[in-house]
Amino acid sequence: MPTLTTHTLAVASFLQDAETFAGREDQNSPYAGLREKAKEAFSVMGIPGRKQEEWKYLDLSPIANTEFRNAGAAFDFVLGPSDAESYRLAGKEALLLVLENGKLNTHASPMERIPAGIRIGTLSTLGHEALVTEHLFRHAAVEGEPFVAMNTMLSHDPLILLVEPKAEIKTPIQLAFVAVAGADPLAVTARVLVVAGEGSECTVMESYHTYGEGAPSFTNAVTEVVISASARLHYTKVQVESGQAQHISYHKVNMARDSYQHLTTLTLGGALVRNNLHIRLDDQHINAYLNGLYVMNGSQVVDNHTLVDHAMPNCHSNELYKGIINDRAQGVFNGKIWVRQDAQKTNAYQSNKNLLLSNEASMNTKPQLEIFADDVKCSHGATTGQLDDEALFYLRARGIGEANARTLLNHAFAADVIEQVENDDIQQSLMHLLDTKLN
Amino acid sequence: MSEDLKILDEVTNSEYKWGFVSNIESDNAPKGLNEDIVRFISTKKNEPEWLLEWRLKAFRHWKTMTEPKWPNVSYPEIDFQDIIYYSAPKKKVSLNSLDELDPEIKATFDKLGISLEEQKRLAGVAVDAVIDSVSVKTTFRETLAELGIIFSSFSEAVHEHPELIKKYLGSVVPYTDNFYAALNSAVFSDGSFCYIPKGVRCPMELSTYFRINSAGTGQFERTLIIADEGATVSYLEGCTAPMRDENQLHAAVVEIVSHSDANVKYSTVQNWYPGDKDGKGGIYNFVTKRGICLGDRAKISWTQVETGSAITWKYPSVILKGNYSSGEFYSVAVTNNMQQADTGTKMIHIGKNTKSIIVSKGISCGRSQNSYRGLVRIGKNADHARNFSQCDSLLIGDKCGAHTFPYLEVANKSARVEHEATTSKVGEDQIFYCNQRGISTEDAVNLIVNGYCKEVFNQLPMEFAVEAQKLLAISLEGSVG
Repeated sequence: MPTLTTHTLAVASFLQDAETFAGREDQNSPYAGLREKAKEAFSVMGIPGRKQEEWKYLDLSPIANTEFRNAGAAFDFVLGPSDAESYRLAGKEALLLVLENGKLNTHASPMERIPAGIRIGTLSTLGHEALVTEHLFRHAAVEGEPFVAMNTMLSHDPLILLVEPKAEIKTPIQLAFVAVAGADPLAVTARVLVVAGEGSECTVMESYHTYGEGAPSFTNAVTEVVISASARLHYTKVQVESGQAQHISYHKVNMARDSYQHLTTLTLGGALVRNNLHIRLDDQHINAYLNGLYVMNGSQVVDNHTLVDHAMPNCHSNELYKGIINDRAQGVFNGKIWVRQDAQKTNAYQSNKNLLLSNEASMNTKPQLEIFADDVKCSHGATTGQLDDEALFYLRARGIGEANARTLLNHAFAADVIEQVENDDIQQSLMHLLDTKLN
Repeated sequence: MSEDLKILDEVTNSEYKWGFVSNIESDNAPKGLNEDIVRFISTKKNEPEWLLEWRLKAFRHWKTMTEPKWPNVSYPEIDFQDIIYYSAPKKKVSLNSLDELDPEIKATFDKLGISLEEQKRLAGVAVDAVIDSVSVKTTFRETLAELGIIFSSFSEAVHEHPELIKKYLGSVVPYTDNFYAALNSAVFSDGSFCYIPKGVRCPMELSTYFRINSAGTGQFERTLIIADEGATVSYLEGCTAPMRDENQLHAAVVEIVSHSDANVKYSTVQNWYPGDKDGKGGIYNFVTKRGICLGDRAKISWTQVETGSAITWKYPSVILKGNYSSGEFYSVAVTNNMQQADTGTKMIHIGKNTKSIIVSKGISCGRSQNSYRGLVRIGKNADHARNFSQCDSLLIGDKCGAHTFPYLEVANKSARVEHEATTSKVGEDQIFYCNQRGISTEDAVNLIVNGYCKEVFNQLPMEFAVEAQKLLAISLEGSVG
């Protein structure tokens, strides 16, 4: 494989960290081999450059040229239970767990309130479970994904959620990842495994925050989700980190027969954000809804890459991504849909709509269909434009000031995505976040 | 075997209708490529020093480049030293009338169905027929000359209008542009040149017919079309090649310059030999086509019907530099058997109030792969630019693939860019509807596919539209989704 990569400060320091970590880990653990493989893959790939098609529109040099201090596992928690409340987004009833610099903060998280039907722990407490050895590190492949490789080699104590078969969990679970900014640039490794048992139903939210002010933080988040047969999963990912944060996430979902998922990705914060989504529809009669919203200003760069892989027949996927791009912000959307040869009777839809509000802003969109089956209905649409002058005029004619009218229309444009979130409490707090951002 | 499958199988058996080899003695260059070959071609064509220099510069640049690997096609490595870069029919004499034409060549044209006489008499189409790189006969030149229109072979133009060639050659597709454009610039054998003076509307459709004849020769055409201010021209290009087992390389370059208020329409029907049903043989068609709307309100329109070639790899593009200029791209690409096509367009919006339309229809059958790859770029200063793209794919059979790779890059807030794509099959209910009304399944498919392509066929000049429809019918013979 040709190396188009730059081995930089960051790569060297991450590899060094992985070395130290590997020295401490039990070499007989079922994960040691996977970590070793990840380390090798990362040292070959390094941090990708823009010559690589998948990273064409995203300049990673801010990450590549920084020497990060890896948060690691050995540190004292800064956050207490009262701090945790300020990150609450999933409603009063929700179970709020705080992950400080990627590590579960048991002091700030009410572990005793974990509802029946679900087991929540980390690698150190649940690592021996058959379900965990079967799935952890095995779905997010390191090949071709340098940041997954990096995450796998560095993630000390991944968070694990196991939903029992047939369990219907009413309480939403919020995982608040908080990066505690310090004097030096900080690298955080966040890793989650969710296994939804057969016929279960659950609502999960991942949120990303920054605590305090200081040097930029870089969060590398990888989530593996397994949705077993007939299970239903409602998932929300919210990114509201500080304007200095760099954030790269990879979200891999494997779906089994008759399962359902509704996944919403909301990106409001961060200086440089990349969201990778990889959904594999592994059996028949699956329904997958993927929605995304990114609202950007300043010099934010947000890159959404999604891949929906229809491997089997009779499935349905629907994807709606919307973006509002202001100031000097740059938006990127790349949505792939693969329909493999066996996946007859597939219905796959994708839509990407963008509003450019400033002349300095830019949007690069690449909706991509790859179809190998003939009896399918697939479509994608992409638009980039501005607010409708006539709609604006309509509002102004009714005595609404121009600034207000614009906000109103922007809100309506973006709310389209949030309104589809199924949990009312979550919907409300997302709407609130959106309005704060738009004003 | 079900009826559907049987009919699908039949498609793969439809033989290449245009497969025959004319026995014209060729004057070939030795195989391989080096500076001597470039000099040989230049000497053969009696070219001035500056053009040779340009070729050599291109060749030296080409040596520094590597073959592009990004297209969604796969083929065995090309040995560029195993190609004959020049092949000219030996009996080249200057002709004054069609009667003097080599009877073999004439017969070739007759087989192609473009009898020059008939076209001259009936259709009023001026044909610059090109066989293996040397322009054999240009018709209607005198009629065109009266209006000041220059329509000649490229090599003639080099001698007769060096100032125009010098000014425009490589101005749209520089030799540094890409691997195959550089190769073409070094070894191009001939092609067509067309200049429409200010304010002139060309009274007839201009047309060239390319034909690759000798085995093992790559065809390196170079076409240059210049429409001066307010001029209008419609240009047709048609291509066929005889059946040969070796893969033949075709790397052409087409450059179009459209000045203020000028309007250029370029139509292509390409039905080169696609290889047999196992993917043996066939043409590699790696072409660079690009036009530039230099002045305000200029317009360039590409229409293409791609049914042939083992591999098609081309992106007719428009650079919209002038304000209010517009670009259009209409395409039907049909792939069957083992064919691979990676085609689309680029619309580069630079000027203000520029607009572009892209309509692409892909049809894949057999075990073929059909990709649409397009770029719409709205520059920072392209205020109020407008683009609409539509790319639809139709799959017939479950062993083929359809892919779309649209890139939309927008850096101006007043721009409006819309893209939509669908993938579907010929519906059973549509066929059933036709069957009910006494239309056979085969005719029904033809009807439906023709309807699907109509938007593009409507853009073709009359003669081509008829040919395109026939070609489509042959390509799809008996196929039912």
